[in-house]
Amino acid sequence: MGSDRDPPPGPDRQTVTAQDPTAGIDPPPAVELRGIVKRFPGVVANDGVDFALATGEVHALLGENGAGKSTLMSILDGLYQPDEGEILVDGVRVAFRSPRDAISAGLGMVHQHFTLVASMTVTENVLIGLDAPRFRLRLDRAHEEVARLAEAHGLRVDPKARIWQLSVGERQRVEILKVLYRGARVLIMDEPTAVLAPQEVDELFRTLRSMTASGHSIVFISHKLGEVLAIADRITVMRRGRVTAAALPAAGATRAQLATLMVGRTITESHERAPGARGDVVLSIQDVEAQGDRGTPALRGVSLDVHAGEIVGIAGVAGNGQSELAEVVTGLRACSGRVLVGGDDVANRPVRSAIQRGVAHVPEDRHGVGSAPNLSLVDNLIMKRYRSEPIASGWAIDEAAARKVATELKDAYEVSAPSIDTQARLLSGGNLQRIILAREIESGSRVMIAVQPTRGLDVGAVETVHRLLIQRRAAGAAILLVSEELDELLALADRIAVIYEGRIVGVIDTADADVEHLGLLMTGGDKEPTEPARHVAGGLAG
Amino acid sequence: MTSLTPGGPRLSSPWTISLEPRLATSRWLSPALTAGALVVALVISGVILALVGADPIRVYIHILGSSLGSVGVISDTLVKSTPLILTGLACALAFRMRLWNIGAEGQLLLGAWAASAVVLVPLVPAGTPGVIVLSIMLVAGFLGGAAWGLIPGVLRARFGVNEIIATLMLNFIAFAWIQYWVFGPWSEGGFQLTPTFPVEAWLPRLSDLAAAVPAFRGLTVHAGFLVALVAAGIVWWIVERSALGYEIRLIGDNPRAARYAGIPIARIILLVFAVSGGLAGIAGMAEVSGVIHRLQDNFSPGYGYTAIIVAYLAKFHPLRVVPVAILFGALVLAGREIQPSGVPAMIQGIILFCLISSEVFLRYRVRIVRRLPAHRARGTEA
Repeated sequence: MGSDRDPPPGPDRQTVTAQDPTAGIDPPPAVELRGIVKRFPGVVANDGVDFALATGEVHALLGENGAGKSTLMSILDGLYQPDEGEILVDGVRVAFRSPRDAISAGLGMVHQHFTLVASMTVTENVLIGLDAPRFRLRLDRAHEEVARLAEAHGLRVDPKARIWQLSVGERQRVEILKVLYRGARVLIMDEPTAVLAPQEVDELFRTLRSMTASGHSIVFISHKLGEVLAIADRITVMRRGRVTAAALPAAGATRAQLATLMVGRTITESHERAPGARGDVVLSIQDVEAQGDRGTPALRGVSLDVHAGEIVGIAGVAGNGQSELAEVVTGLRACSGRVLVGGDDVANRPVRSAIQRGVAHVPEDRHGVGSAPNLSLVDNLIMKRYRSEPIASGWAIDEAAARKVATELKDAYEVSAPSIDTQARLLSGGNLQRIILAREIESGSRVMIAVQPTRGLDVGAVETVHRLLIQRRAAGAAILLVSEELDELLALADRIAVIYEGRIVGVIDTADADVEHLGLLMTGGDKEPTEPARHVAGGLAG
Repeated sequence: MTSLTPGGPRLSSPWTISLEPRLATSRWLSPALTAGALVVALVISGVILALVGADPIRVYIHILGSSLGSVGVISDTLVKSTPLILTGLACALAFRMRLWNIGAEGQLLLGAWAASAVVLVPLVPAGTPGVIVLSIMLVAGFLGGAAWGLIPGVLRARFGVNEIIATLMLNFIAFAWIQYWVFGPWSEGGFQLTPTFPVEAWLPRLSDLAAAVPAFRGLTVHAGFLVALVAAGIVWWIVERSALGYEIRLIGDNPRAARYAGIPIARIILLVFAVSGGLAGIAGMAEVSGVIHRLQDNFSPGYGYTAIIVAYLAKFHPLRVVPVAILFGALVLAGREIQPSGVPAMIQGIILFCLISSEVFLRYRVRIVRRLPAHRARGTEA
């Protein structure tokens, strides 16, 4: 689909040379990629991609995880070399061997995962890697320069602050400052909003606007339709390594149209849900108190029942005890109080005892907790059942049985990977989550704790996860769904429990749920309005 | 960074080298790199030998001749490789779990001590048949090494003490412990060695069969070598086929995922340390019972340390430990022909160095990239 729009605008651009001032009406794009092909073993990440960024625009690059956006931009940033195709900057053909080459040509990338030294100051981080202060480091002058640059673009951050003292939003500003300080006129922003709170997103957008006004050009990589429509001038959509829509003006685009271009099918945003056949209480959390990682109280007397065939959502702003609650139920964290699964207390017992009583866990951190990155899909899929038949045979593991199970799960859950021997780290986020869900669902659990199961996933994968959770509910499982996306909870949960500062401050039937009321509860604002609106808007705006 | 700038004038060459992450590796790549690293190591060692005035070719031929040149010396090589196989397995097993047990030397010493105690205390009455004595010694050797391995195991599992420091320090304590016994209670007439064991406590050698097979005359290889081969098979099964092996792999790759999967990590740390120490302990038993027939000061030329290199060279694969240990056994044997210390240790060091360096190529692929007319650089070149 959409392949008929593949040719980039300006068909005779091939013949236009850089120094041609008479090109008047149509100056060369700030950056142009032509026919980029990049192959990895078993995958063509970019298959003849064309992309043109005009000066002074915000150009969104939209696509699912694994569509090839990041690969394309890594090529532009000099991290990868393309197998075929060419890169033009201001109409001149260039080759980048490293990000250093890219930055010297005026291209800078702001990565999704920050590359800052926590113990150093903002200014020091900005200066890292520069040749400029050769012998004598005059920090005072550097502080001033950084402050001036920050001022000019509305990037509020104290140059003398140390990175560890800064919020995530401020750290991102430092990353942007680093790139600007190096004289970049083209900024490549890889999923810049993934880590930001709504207020910070607004602030980022204002900064981006001020930068384009001063002649910078911005590539905005994202898979969030709403944001793309809000910030972009033009939108290029990628799917499976190809461009499905090139430089679409954002003004006329709709969410439905973009979603279709992105995933190649129409997304149904709501799910058919049979009215629940609610059964007995399967999971009963009683007066649980627990400490967080830093030894401070994280849960202060939580009680909650989850019935068979029911999804109970836990809503709350991140860091109010949701993660600890999930860990207590799965036996990963010590607590006081009781956690009954089918009547047996699993609190403070070995993790295995919860697993044996049928508690499945889709952990928040897919890479750090939910999978073993360097092991194969087989090893990752049998994690919860290698001790039971048919995979276990005595003390041995029946390799053939394990491979059979893995193959079945890979097919049933439509995991796209070259083979079952592929290392888990090579999977995209959505595919890795399919592996984890396959494993947890097929372990025959009657209780499932799913923590942020769709975070960072693209539209298609989110839909899959939602469908699987609803299927589990229909199959009679008791599901505790922790999410920061109110929309997700409203779509899936039968009841929503709001957690605030380690306490359940309200349990509401989804049918009666009122978004504003939930928002107030989530910020502890039901009784007294506290600190100025902490990220509440999160789910509300979306 | 994934890019190397070649040294020398930067603008003269239109080509440049770049390293890119490798997403998949083919089956032959790892062995090929190992072989390549060995060759490079021998070339570098050869250069150094040449610099100190030796003829590297002659040195290498001499090494070959004095370790593999005849049936007799091959037998001697296998004798040297026996403790290396066992300690190499000890390291490979622990390293699989990223448990850095570098205490195989101390565990070997304690295994030797425990096996000796069976004879010297004595724990078995005189006149017990050899098979029984040797079996008890084998078990004692295993338990001695296992006990020594459990000390850092408990420290690590219960208190999170770094096992590298603990195992290393325990090596020195084990050394002093042996010295105490051979200088003191078990000393024979004030010398730093114990009385010779009775023949029931000697592992049978091939030369024992010389009466029946004359060709075996003078061959020193002993039954410990067979024990080592069997141990390699067992460790291979544990690591590659058993549920425990799966748990070890999972803990080694991601301990948090292992905990999440319900694996009792502390218990497995203890188990692996015990088995690892036990294997090294058997190596000690095989040395005192198969080679020197007594306990004495300084009987191990650092087998437990060489084992670290052996395990690394074998990429922690139990079956590959065997040929690698034989190679190093040859090096230990021939080394003493050339020089008491120095050259052989140097070659070992260079091999390890090249090997670890070669891992870069396992993770990255090298591409030679044509440098296009560069964009006029503004920042960095100025």
